[in-house]
Amino acid sequence: MAEERRFRSASGVPITLRRRQHSASCRELAVRGPRLQLRSLSAATSAVWLAAYGLFALSENSMVLSAAIFITLIGLMIYLHFVKIDQESLLVIGSLGIQVTSSYASGKESTVFIEMGQVKDVVINEAIHMQKVIYYLCILLQDPEDPQGISEVVPLFQSSKPRLDCLIEVYKSCQEILEQRKTAPQSNEIK
Amino acid sequence: MVLKVFFPSCCSSADSGILIGRWIAEQNSAVILAVVHFPFIPVQVKQYLGEVQRVTKVSVSVLGSWSNSKQEKEESLSEFLEDLGTIFCHEPWIQISKEGDSKFWSCSTLQKHSKNPQEEEIILVYYDQRKVMLSHLHPPLDTAGQRTGDASKLSAIFDTVARSQVLFMTDRYDEGPVKLTHWQSDGVEASIIVELLKQASVPACMLLTLLLSLVSGICRSRVLKFWPLSFLWSKLSTCEQLGHRLQHLQVISSNKKAQNQNQLMRKANIFVSLLIDVALGMLLMSWLYRKNRIGHLADTLIPAADHVAEELQDLLQWLMGAPAGLKMNRALDQVLGRFFLYHIHLWISYIHLLSPFIEMILWYVGLSACLGLTVALCILSDIIALLTFHIYCFYVYGARLYCLKIYGLSSLWRLFRGKKWNVLRQRVDSCSYDLDQLFIGTLLFTILLFLLPTTALYYLVFTLLRLLVVIVQGLIHLLVDLIDSLPLYSLILRLCRSYRLAAGVKFRVLEQQDGKPLRLLMQINPLSYGGVVQTYRLPTYSCYPRDSWASLCKKLFLGELIYPWKHKGDKQN
Repeated sequence: MAEERRFRSASGVPITLRRRQHSASCRELAVRGPRLQLRSLSAATSAVWLAAYGLFALSENSMVLSAAIFITLIGLMIYLHFVKIDQESLLVIGSLGIQVTSSYASGKESTVFIEMGQVKDVVINEAIHMQKVIYYLCILLQDPEDPQGISEVVPLFQSSKPRLDCLIEVYKSCQEILEQRKTAPQSNEIK
Repeated sequence: MVLKVFFPSCCSSADSGILIGRWIAEQNSAVILAVVHFPFIPVQVKQYLGEVQRVTKVSVSVLGSWSNSKQEKEESLSEFLEDLGTIFCHEPWIQISKEGDSKFWSCSTLQKHSKNPQEEEIILVYYDQRKVMLSHLHPPLDTAGQRTGDASKLSAIFDTVARSQVLFMTDRYDEGPVKLTHWQSDGVEASIIVELLKQASVPACMLLTLLLSLVSGICRSRVLKFWPLSFLWSKLSTCEQLGHRLQHLQVISSNKKAQNQNQLMRKANIFVSLLIDVALGMLLMSWLYRKNRIGHLADTLIPAADHVAEELQDLLQWLMGAPAGLKMNRALDQVLGRFFLYHIHLWISYIHLLSPFIEMILWYVGLSACLGLTVALCILSDIIALLTFHIYCFYVYGARLYCLKIYGLSSLWRLFRGKKWNVLRQRVDSCSYDLDQLFIGTLLFTILLFLLPTTALYYLVFTLLRLLVVIVQGLIHLLVDLIDSLPLYSLILRLCRSYRLAAGVKFRVLEQQDGKPLRLLMQINPLSYGGVVQTYRLPTYSCYPRDSWASLCKKLFLGELIYPWKHKGDKQN
């Protein structure tokens, strides 16, 4: 079952949260940011080409125009493949682990899978970002030597930066599944 | 607790039979390796599994039953399969059944001694057996030393499949007591070229080892150890590079098989790096020897050296005048200027003496480019060092003079204030000087102080020239190190067979149906290119920078000689 809700990001941009429950111990939460707009793309391209045409008029060198076209194409490809993140999703599979995926505008997906044995907890933290204080969701990883210690903090949803109301929804969904593993291991230890 | 079943995707269309694999009790997961088909004799199956267990050290056992019925579910078959559970007695007994072409399988467990009567949830994870078997899991770099058994459950699964290779050697056409289905059951694949290469590599390695022992014997002979020659070898970077490559060749041609993945990758990387190096060197050589380019190069070399010498002479004339409007001490200026001008004159005479032989020397030296592009670049760097030797000499003279002056000034300044440097205690102590000591000291101090700008200017100019040459040489060495240390084989492997280098796994949720177990597809998440380079970088023989920026500036200020590039074999002073 899937449901979608609209929220806002920390900078005011509208984002959507999509929740899917695949089974009792498997949930997928995806935050989707706004897509690349045609008007901003055309504005950037026209600005670069006007500047190039101005330089051409001054210097009478046609290399400037070809260089501008080259720069626009390469810049666009780099932006779509490495910078613009369309969707960030969290797949929580109880007893296997948590998978964090970022999908870029060009279709590339970068995935990180964290095993359940390494996950200590999922919490909402505060951080100072530029001139604001924002909330962010993060996964705390267990330190193998020290049972009370934390070895690493993995922040989630870094490019879409949802606000607290969206984060609370995600937090509640994650905690429901994480709680299951606290009750389960007792049955394993008895054996 | 949740039961995880790892099912190979190649067995999805197999006929009914029993499942064999490994049961990992701590993780409550079953890794299925193959399906054994009817008809079979249980005793023979147990015998076969015992043999496999002995060879692979993996606890393979019968885990459950698999039924693939083309029509409706048959009651008699399901009862038969349940009875098999009593023969092979595994706890829990997993039963997977597929009806017709349906994607959604039903999976249930039979627990005889179960403590919790409730149904446990089952997760079905499909994995590509061939890719998981060939892949090598790389742990995250920061926790490399702290892997407990609990920390990486996935490595247990990868390990199980990788070590059970002997199980995958029997295919369905073999006449054995058990008929298996796994990724290779349609026929074991092999390549003639690979087999031929393996056969040919043994004598080739032996020949190479013989040649290398000859060459290293010659290198280590006493003839080459006499003082002027050994000093020369240590200063030339070409010899270092050749020694480094010799070491690499020794690693490749050794008879011992590689013990683990890292050693294998290292050997392969060295081999590919050498191959590419020699190929690029041959390309350079073919370009150089065409159209008499060596002749052109030799023709332009002498005029270039002349040009550099003329520029230096102009520079010295400028310094002897009033450089940048500063007023220098006339006498010292003239002395230093004439001294350096005479040196340049000597240098130009030597170069002109050599000029008839330059083309021949270059021709023979250019032949050594066939040993590799790195050797050619090292030779270029050495030629630059030899041609700018006079700049190095000037730098040393200027630095020594300046250094002497600075030490003299600091010591006389202490005398001026009535203090002395106590060498025993390594500190400054007060001291009472006689009147004549003070008089001479103050006189010398003023002389040195007023001569300081002249010396400092010469020092500055020659240090800048020296730094320029050092930067050019440094760039060439950077390129050589890049070619030396780049793991090309690993990068090509990451490009073409990315599943071999795994950073982890990723799961994809497949279509679900209510009441059926959760279906996931496990795929291999390849290591990033940066991670590949970091893990498999070949070690080089030089490490820089030797000094931090702060100590470099201090040395420049005090006039101490700087040697920016350090080699690993050098003793620390």
